[in-house]
Amino acid sequence: MSTVRDGPRPVDPGPGIGPTLAPEPYTVWSRTQDTRDTATLVLAPSRTGSVPAFEPGQFNMLSVPGRGEVAISISGDPGRPGEWVHTVRSLGLATQAIAGATPGSLLAVRGPYGRGWPVDRAWGKDVVIVAGGVGLAPVRPLILELLRHRDRVGRLEVIYGARTPDDLLYAPELAGWRHRTDARFQVTVDAAGREWYGDVGLVTQRVPDARFDAANTVAFLCGPEIMMRLTAEALESRGVPRPAIWVSLERTMQCGIGLCGHCQLGPYLLCRDGPVLPYADVAPLLRIRGL
Amino acid sequence: MIEPGSSWVFPRAEFPSLLAGLERAGYRVVGPTVRDGAIVYGTIRSVGDLPEGWTDRQEAGTYRLAKRDDGALFGYNVGPHSWKKYLFPPREQLFTLRRDGSASFEVTPPPDDEPPLAFLGIRACEIAAMRIQDRVFVGGGTPDAGYARRARSRLVVAVQCGQAGGTCFCVSMGTGPAVRAGYDLSLTELIEPGRHDFLVQVGTPEGAGVLADVPMRPATPADLSAGEARVARAAQSMGRTMDTTGVHEVLLRNLESPVWEDVGRRCLACTNCTLACPTCFCHSTEEVPDLSAERVERWRRWDSCFNLSFSELHNGSVRATVPARYRQWLTHKLATWFDQFGSSGCVGCGRCVTWCPVGIDLTAEVRAIRAADARAVPPEGGPAP
Ligand code: SF4
Ligand code: SF4
Repeated sequence: MSTVRDGPRPVDPGPGIGPTLAPEPYTVWSRTQDTRDTATLVLAPSRTGSVPAFEPGQFNMLSVPGRGEVAISISGDPGRPGEWVHTVRSLGLATQAIAGATPGSLLAVRGPYGRGWPVDRAWGKDVVIVAGGVGLAPVRPLILELLRHRDRVGRLEVIYGARTPDDLLYAPELAGWRHRTDARFQVTVDAAGREWYGDVGLVTQRVPDARFDAANTVAFLCGPEIMMRLTAEALESRGVPRPAIWVSLERTMQCGIGLCGHCQLGPYLLCRDGPVLPYADVAPLLRIRGL
Repeated sequence: MIEPGSSWVFPRAEFPSLLAGLERAGYRVVGPTVRDGAIVYGTIRSVGDLPEGWTDRQEAGTYRLAKRDDGALFGYNVGPHSWKKYLFPPREQLFTLRRDGSASFEVTPPPDDEPPLAFLGIRACEIAAMRIQDRVFVGGGTPDAGYARRARSRLVVAVQCGQAGGTCFCVSMGTGPAVRAGYDLSLTELIEPGRHDFLVQVGTPEGAGVLADVPMRPATPADLSAGEARVARAAQSMGRTMDTTGVHEVLLRNLESPVWEDVGRRCLACTNCTLACPTCFCHSTEEVPDLSAERVERWRRWDSCFNLSFSELHNGSVRATVPARYRQWLTHKLATWFDQFGSSGCVGCGRCVTWCPVGIDLTAEVRAIRAADARAVPPEGGPAP
């Protein structure tokens, strides 16, 4: 719906637009150190008030006031509304401040933004989820959602890769998932010492082992672009049609509402049109360097 | 009755009464002024602030003012500024966040005490550019509060161009030089031997309101055709042209054209083109805390896709090379803007051509891409080269 007509002024968008990009206060409820540089925070509203519903794959804008704002995907359980769960890796000043926030401290949060995983497409299908590194964070809500509606999907295959065993997220939960009999979780690392009994290698090398009916499968991928491309190629070579593959893409996001221009990828504003997009639409763009 | 759709004529000598009407209606009038050797937009308090008797000469990479002997008030084209600086200021506070104790904070918007603005002398391509930014800032899902507030109170007093500049190509982009929509009042300066008048076309009741005390007479068919003749002359004197047929597809199928390397080697990544462009909207947000971070202001400032930092991600910038950044800019303006906002992102004002220090001309780059494309894709049935 457009609010611009032929007149000299845009049609009044109406009263009650608050300050653009205004965040809400949240208090850190708990903090778990996942890896050397990554922590998971549970946030509760500082004032009474409800936490908005979200779709798996969406993101929030988070800041420690004064330390800069960043987009962080939502990692919580969609079946447990009332809190935000965010897994944050320290990469710069803003993420350092957020990942280091201790219980009781105050964060500014706005969201949720973007389009998440098309969970609807999974019903009645085999599902393959492939995540690399912190790419597990945006798919955790998806995994939890599918496990909760386990009877509505066919086979459920999750392949998760990290650099080393110490880089695996959600280790206790992952251990629990790996014991499930109604879903298969393959975990692989690029390199490991003797204490590691699991697989070593790239996630793409686990694709041939995954069990699914290619013609009746949807795949959800999240990780570095090169990993997603190679994984998509591996899935396609096993017969998964390209339109059944979805990827979550990453670019800097500053406003989250399609105004600042940072997150462009060709025709897409990833904060508005993504971050989850059909692989069929973005594959030609991902081939081109520096787009 | 001064009604929308009616046309009137008043003499140059009565121009002050138009300004008085704008002021009486509570507007702060902004328009063209001469400063530092260029025509830039600023506050207009009297006719003396307008660039009376000035014109400009523009070419790729050059701009200079010259005198004209007819005393025209609007006898030039667009300068380095655009009206976007008023609706989308170069730096703007979004809100202030104040902690109340350690447990919570309050967010307050900046004070809203600016008077409504009257844009005096805005050209057809500039109205088109403003409407493009309207679509970005208020036409989508989440309107921008500050922009929306300023845009919905603005008054548009347009001027139809009587001549085109050396880098103008509004005809190619379908945005001018005639002012056809989006105005409260549209002026055409009629200068002939023994005559210096303004033809004014009324677009809205707000426009009619400010004319109440302007001594004027109804326009005759001769006045109207004199106005049309001036606009036609501008249309015929475009300094540039651009073939826009299929430009969306042509650019997007040539993302790996050698032309990007070529232009990228000439481009200094100085960001002049994006700052001068009336539709470029990319910006960055930053936080300004006081020492204790009890009070944090969030600001937005213009940014540019030509800055390396603009596409910075944790493992480096996505668009690390200048060719990649020029490609982003041009494909956004002329192609992906359609996908994102349903229109072109270029109105053909020529600012980016004039104000590029090395004279890079997007119309020439599009031609080069088309030429390379034609070499790469032989016409159907024709032999491959
Ligand atoms: S791209 Fe250049 S010619 Fe087109 S609107 Fe922007 S400044 Fe004007
Ligand atoms: S095209 Fe010209 S104006 Fe734009 S960044 Fe490059 S050198 Fe500067």
